[in-house]
Amino acid sequence: MSTKTESQIPLTPEQIESFGEELDAIRRRVLADRGESDANYIRKVIRAQRGLEVAGRGLLWAGVFPPAWVAGTAALSLSKILDNMEIGHNVMHGQYDWMNDPALSGKQFEWDNACPADQWRHSHNYMHHTHTNIVGKDRDIGYGVLRMSEDQEWRPYYLGNPVYATLLALFFQYGVALHDLETERLASGEIKLAEKRKLLGGIWKKVRRQTLKDYVIFPALSGPFFLFPLAGNATANLVRNVWSFTIIFCGHFPEGTHEFTEEETENESRGEWYYRQLLGSANLSGSRPFHILSGNLSFQIEHHLFPDLPANRYAEISTEVREICERYGIPYNVGPLGKQFGSVVKKICRLALPDRKGGQGAELPAATPAVKDERVPVAV
Amino acid sequence: MSPTATSLLSTIAGPHGLDRYLEQIKPTLVIGECRAEVTAVSHGTEHSVTLTLRPNRAWDGIRAGQFVQVAVEIDGVRHNRCYSPASTEGRGRELEITVKRHPDGLVSNFLVERARAGMVLGLSQADGDFHLPDARPDSVLLIGAGSGITPLMGIIRTLCAEGHAGRIALIQYAPDPGRTIYREELDRLAAENPNFTVSRSYTQAPGAGELDGHFSPSHLPQADPCFATAETFACGPPALLDAVRGTWANGLEQRLHVESFVPPSLVPVGEPGEGSIRFAGSDLEVSNSGASILEQAERAGIPAQSGCRMGICHTCTCRKLSGTVKNLLTDEISATPDEEIQLCISAPLSDLVIDL
Repeated sequence: MSTKTESQIPLTPEQIESFGEELDAIRRRVLADRGESDANYIRKVIRAQRGLEVAGRGLLWAGVFPPAWVAGTAALSLSKILDNMEIGHNVMHGQYDWMNDPALSGKQFEWDNACPADQWRHSHNYMHHTHTNIVGKDRDIGYGVLRMSEDQEWRPYYLGNPVYATLLALFFQYGVALHDLETERLASGEIKLAEKRKLLGGIWKKVRRQTLKDYVIFPALSGPFFLFPLAGNATANLVRNVWSFTIIFCGHFPEGTHEFTEEETENESRGEWYYRQLLGSANLSGSRPFHILSGNLSFQIEHHLFPDLPANRYAEISTEVREICERYGIPYNVGPLGKQFGSVVKKICRLALPDRKGGQGAELPAATPAVKDERVPVAV
Repeated sequence: MSPTATSLLSTIAGPHGLDRYLEQIKPTLVIGECRAEVTAVSHGTEHSVTLTLRPNRAWDGIRAGQFVQVAVEIDGVRHNRCYSPASTEGRGRELEITVKRHPDGLVSNFLVERARAGMVLGLSQADGDFHLPDARPDSVLLIGAGSGITPLMGIIRTLCAEGHAGRIALIQYAPDPGRTIYREELDRLAAENPNFTVSRSYTQAPGAGELDGHFSPSHLPQADPCFATAETFACGPPALLDAVRGTWANGLEQRLHVESFVPPSLVPVGEPGEGSIRFAGSDLEVSNSGASILEQAERAGIPAQSGCRMGICHTCTCRKLSGTVKNLLTDEISATPDEEIQLCISAPLSDLVIDL
């Protein structure tokens, strides 16, 4: 755990192990229980998304009439949110691979987003989910443009942190698309653009198709009224961008989430890996429609413990995970969207400035074992 | 459709593709994928069900004797099984498949008990070399046991419908008259077509048929005096096919066509560390060391994609074409062909073919 986070939770190696076993038991139980109801659930969401998309495109075709424009833009925004969050993100995790349905195969699925699915699977499923919140390894910490952790050394560039964050929110799908390009390492000269040619080719192909669809072909179908679907499609993309940025940034950056160093996480056991996922993630409380629109990333903790379990199961699992955390004295970070996002915004602004000596997030002395007796802190 | 229109349509319907929208209206409306609607269900015997399937427009047709893969979804999981349709060959026709219940067969039990008209099943294009040649042979001998009669039925129906003039002889093996698939129709066809003869052996009811016992070379002259010059098609369990192959060994092999019927759930399971792994895409075979398939692929020098190596990121997910594997995290066994598995947490339990 980072020396700069306040609470070290001392668990004995035996405790960590039995903690991991309890979580493994949940995983095994849900795996054995997957079936028709999960299949019906994801198909119902897909049906809703396809319906909203067709309705949205149809209404925007007649977008010259204001009520049609408003309804069409709303339907298309919802469609894109469902497509990316509850369907795309979860299907691409392989959550529905067990169904053996090629249309729901995590390896083959493509989503309505500028980021090519195969690049997403690498940067997200592997890099982010394996190395969650390890500074220097998990590129979701700031996406290479923001300072989201005290462990990232301050530079004058970061004075623009709130501005970059706003731009990232508005153009989030392109931020995600450029994720694997490692722009900060390109800028520092650590890697050359030539090494990324294949990646760029993939991004270009996907962005071109998406742009053609949303900004050329569908507007053209409306003839002289092309501006209305154009504006509607742009708005829907914008709504989806801001929404997914908000949900995703609430997953790992609210006050109380922890970052880790590479040294701390060397030779992790399975229990320690679970422990890191838990400390690095935060949940959002809310209604069932809210959970669905967040792609169940409102259960970010459960998602990070079990990224390939069907997301519609996270709600039921969460009560058990919470109970386990209470028993082991591990903090379970959950709050409403307003509170969690507020603390993320505060962090973005605070980290724009150099760390204050002695203040929050300032250099603390190197961690000393919290308890001296038999409770040895475990490096996680 | 012109190429421009097709490319325009695929961009508009992208990234999911037109079929993902069409299927929301009706599952069989898809154009890029074969699917079939069940139009009739009849229980020929208490242990089998005959389904009439109407394929959608993606279907390319079938030659008599070929097989198709049918996909059935049971409790959310799609299972693929091979069946040999018994229907007459051609493009637009309906398909008829007969499913025999296996005691532990998930799919066969499901179809025997739950198949209903209106149900939509996945379908592959027809495949296999076991079919009538385009130049119809003068004389045809057919040997079938149990549900192995189905592709032979397709051949018989096709030849009879074409008014084939040459000899058609069938030797059918079944447990008893009550469990003889297509008994009445075969008798009717034999009565209507003097060039078609049926000889039966009931393995559990000796004396009831023209022949007795399991296959033996002595059955051949009884059923078809010119068996040695006939184009021969045999379909049934491995024991029957081994006996038939033994008989056709001396220069007659090129006249013999066989098709094996083995339910995948009954493929024997070995111990970890036995058998071999064939990586189909790399055309490489290694003997199984018992380690995870990912490790074995890497040791063999195959550039397998991988990520977390702990079963969470699904980067190494790959199609298993055949064989049995065990999930090292859950101990779950996967025995069906054509299933996606995670290489980093799967170990082989039998000979394995991986699409890598």
